Amino acid sequence: MIAERTGAAAQVRLHLDAVCLSFGRTRVLDAVDLTVEAGEIVALLGDSGCGKSTLLRVVAGLEQPDSGTVSLDGVVVNGRGGVPAEGRGVGLMFQDYALFPHLTVAENVRFGLHRRPAAQAQAIAQARLDQVGLAARAESYPGTLSGGESQRVALARALAPGPRILLLDEPFSNLDRRTRDHVRADTLSVLRASGTTTLLVTHDADEALALCDRIALMRAGRIVQVGSGEDLYRRPATHFAARFFTDLVEIDGRCRDGVVETPFGPVPAPGFAAGEAVLVCLRPEAIRLADDGGGLRATVVERRFLGSRAILVAMAQGMPVPVSLAVPHGDATVPGDTIGLRADLDGGFLFRRGED
Amino acid sequence: MLTAAAPHGLTPPPVADLARRSPSLPAGQIGWIVAALALAALVLSPIVSLGVSALAGTGELWPHLAAHVLPQALRDTGLLLAGVGILVVVIGAGSAWLVSAYAFPGRRWLEAGLLLPLAVPTYIVAFAYLDLMHPIGPVQSTLRAALGIARPGDLVLPDLRSMPGCIVLLAFVLYPYVYLPTRALFLMQAGGLVEAARSLGRAPSAVFLTVALPLARPAIAVGVSLALMEALNDVGAAEFLGVRTLTVQVYATWINRSDLPGAAQIALVMLALVLALVAAERWARRGRGYAATARAPRSMVRQELTGARAALAFGLGLLPVAIGFLIPAAYLAAGAVSRITRVGLPPTLSTEVANTVLYAAIATAIATVIGFLVAAAPRLASPRIGGALIRIASLGYALPGTILAVGLLTPLALMDAGLSRITEALFGASPALIGLGTGGALVTAYLVRFLGVGIGTCEAGLARVPASMPDAARMLGRGPAATVRQVQLPLAWPALVSGALLVFVDCVKELPATLLLRPLNVETLATHLYGEAARGTYEDGTVAALLIVLVGLVPVAVLLRLDGRGRRVSVDP
Repeated sequence: MIAERTGAAAQVRLHLDAVCLSFGRTRVLDAVDLTVEAGEIVALLGDSGCGKSTLLRVVAGLEQPDSGTVSLDGVVVNGRGGVPAEGRGVGLMFQDYALFPHLTVAENVRFGLHRRPAAQAQAIAQARLDQVGLAARAESYPGTLSGGESQRVALARALAPGPRILLLDEPFSNLDRRTRDHVRADTLSVLRASGTTTLLVTHDADEALALCDRIALMRAGRIVQVGSGEDLYRRPATHFAARFFTDLVEIDGRCRDGVVETPFGPVPAPGFAAGEAVLVCLRPEAIRLADDGGGLRATVVERRFLGSRAILVAMAQGMPVPVSLAVPHGDATVPGDTIGLRADLDGGFLFRRGED
Repeated sequence: MLTAAAPHGLTPPPVADLARRSPSLPAGQIGWIVAALALAALVLSPIVSLGVSALAGTGELWPHLAAHVLPQALRDTGLLLAGVGILVVVIGAGSAWLVSAYAFPGRRWLEAGLLLPLAVPTYIVAFAYLDLMHPIGPVQSTLRAALGIARPGDLVLPDLRSMPGCIVLLAFVLYPYVYLPTRALFLMQAGGLVEAARSLGRAPSAVFLTVALPLARPAIAVGVSLALMEALNDVGAAEFLGVRTLTVQVYATWINRSDLPGAAQIALVMLALVLALVAAERWARRGRGYAATARAPRSMVRQELTGARAALAFGLGLLPVAIGFLIPAAYLAAGAVSRITRVGLPPTLSTEVANTVLYAAIATAIATVIGFLVAAAPRLASPRIGGALIRIASLGYALPGTILAVGLLTPLALMDAGLSRITEALFGASPALIGLGTGGALVTAYLVRFLGVGIGTCEAGLARVPASMPDAARMLGRGPAATVRQVQLPLAWPALVSGALLVFVDCVKELPATLLLRPLNVETLATHLYGEAARGTYEDGTVAALLIVLVGLVPVAVLLRLDGRGRRVSVDP
């Protein structure tokens, strides 16, 4: 696996071409194209019901697409003469982990190694359990494990047969927040160490950003945008993509002479026709306090203390809705104060009004 | 090779061989379609042949039947079903409310005890009470002694051998069919609504009539139709008590008048009634997809009763348990003990037990294997074929034993004739009748009638296995058959076992089909009992009857265990 990663040219592990699937009249997957290269960790990001889990099941072979192709290492695996789920060499870790309650932890991990000699299977299972730090629980039954332990056993089990690609379905959603952070970090290090090609489904933008080389953002059965986390965050293709990662400060405007006037100043609007309605969107961190006494006048209406920082909510001149901004520790602004706001307009996104 | 199932010592069932040929979908589907057709032929053949034999005899017999037998049989059956229907609702729903809405000493015991009459088949309760209430039996003798009356003729009690007697006795053993689903509904769903009604100022008794009863209507309807199917299946109680229902007439027309076409014609009329009951049951279940919320079900807060009111509540609840189980069981136990101490065990008992166990065990084994395969079919084959298979195979449960026996006779005779022709051509000699001469006919009847029970429990067991588990096995390299064998079978194993138990017990209790289809001179516990009752030698039948009741307690224990599990779940926050 390591060898594959270090190969000179990136090797395409999974390729989806125009995959469509309908359940009854509902179009669940609509012409999905996606490529995952060997050794990559890619996130399928989207709201619940957008088809991301179904797409994962299509790759696994648990669902058959109505049309389109699924290829693994250049070989089409779906359709007539295709490869059934059990023959694809694809690992899948389920949201509920799906550990077999009638088998011990070790037997669960060995389950996918049934074609290997017993001694070898034993050794691999042992190594995988070691890797996730659960060698001591090998003879326990899944019913006795905590949520975090179950997750690690499920990971060890999915990795044991050395899958060509590992699919993770909301792998951390069943864990409480504290456990989640370190389980997430541990999982990432296991995946990186083994160089496992991974496709991960999540609805959590932060998780996708933290774990994945690339993100495929899905909406209503379609892939909206694919790129690195930074690409999607800094250059969202649509209003939806922009909105998915953070709340936005949205300003309505109209394009005149190539610029849009906003309360924070003019924004260049290349590519927009004169008179066109434009939506200017800023990430919250683009708004900051003016430290020189200038900027857009605003009245603070609320202050929320969040520990390491505080959030001010202010009504700014010319803005129909309140603006929120984070202020550093030690800022003493209280409701009723008047402040000056500046915006980093270069980091803003412009969309045609009504487009989503 | 290390197989996952090895530690459990499960031998792989034939499922693997059947399905190994179907790794991916289309090719293997053919085998399943053939299996579906074969099962459909098995289950539907009695109904088809019933129609054929009924038509065959139309000419001379029908006018006589239509004029003299059917009107009376229909009236008796109608009266019986109506009476039993009303009474099981009163007893079943009433007792369910009693143990759900009130708290009193002994309530928990009653909650379980009210299920006990399920263990007593209708023909045994009739058998027991006929002797108990006999003019020189214990009840009347005691009454006479207490009242100082010397001659039996001077104390006139209403005769048990009557329509009302039959209705009352059947109702007191069949009410658990209503009690069980109704109480479950009160436990699972009624809590919030009843509390809302209470908070709006209604007294518990008013809540029962205005909220609980309407809410429980679907559950009650399901229970009543099941109880009435049992009442319709009954041949022993009605005959002993002199009520000439359709079932009794089918039996009499065939056995006493040797008129198979006539029996088939009456059976067809009965079939119409069965279909109506099945339709009623389906209708009552419609749209009752579990309104399962993530919230744990909450039972209503019970109203505490004390003193005389608590005693009254306990007495009311005890009444059906006593009439339906305690009294007949005590009578049978006493009778059996006195019989054994005086003359020892009946000499034929061991043969009868062996026969009973043999036929029931064979039918159970086949029904369990087929039942699991059919229940797994939606997963192994396709949901559509599998679903059809389940619906077809479960049909037989609605067929009363008499209808089944009459209907199976012709197909089995045809099969015997065919087989003997083949063996004659091959070996020059024809064997005894394979189907009708051996227990084959009986096992077939058991199978058709109780396959649905096996399928139902296996289905329930498989449904409890989360969908992700078989998917996980596929992702770890197992084909559909290996997945069923290594994941679903071990996980559904307890359900499989309890399904087998239920089928076995149903076979042991089944009277009409056994009576009609057993090989010549073969007696089982049930037929022996029937014979003793027909001769009026009750005490000689008590040992057999007691054994049947004891076996009948097994599914009650299973139900109680399931019930207990349900309660534990519902207590969890």
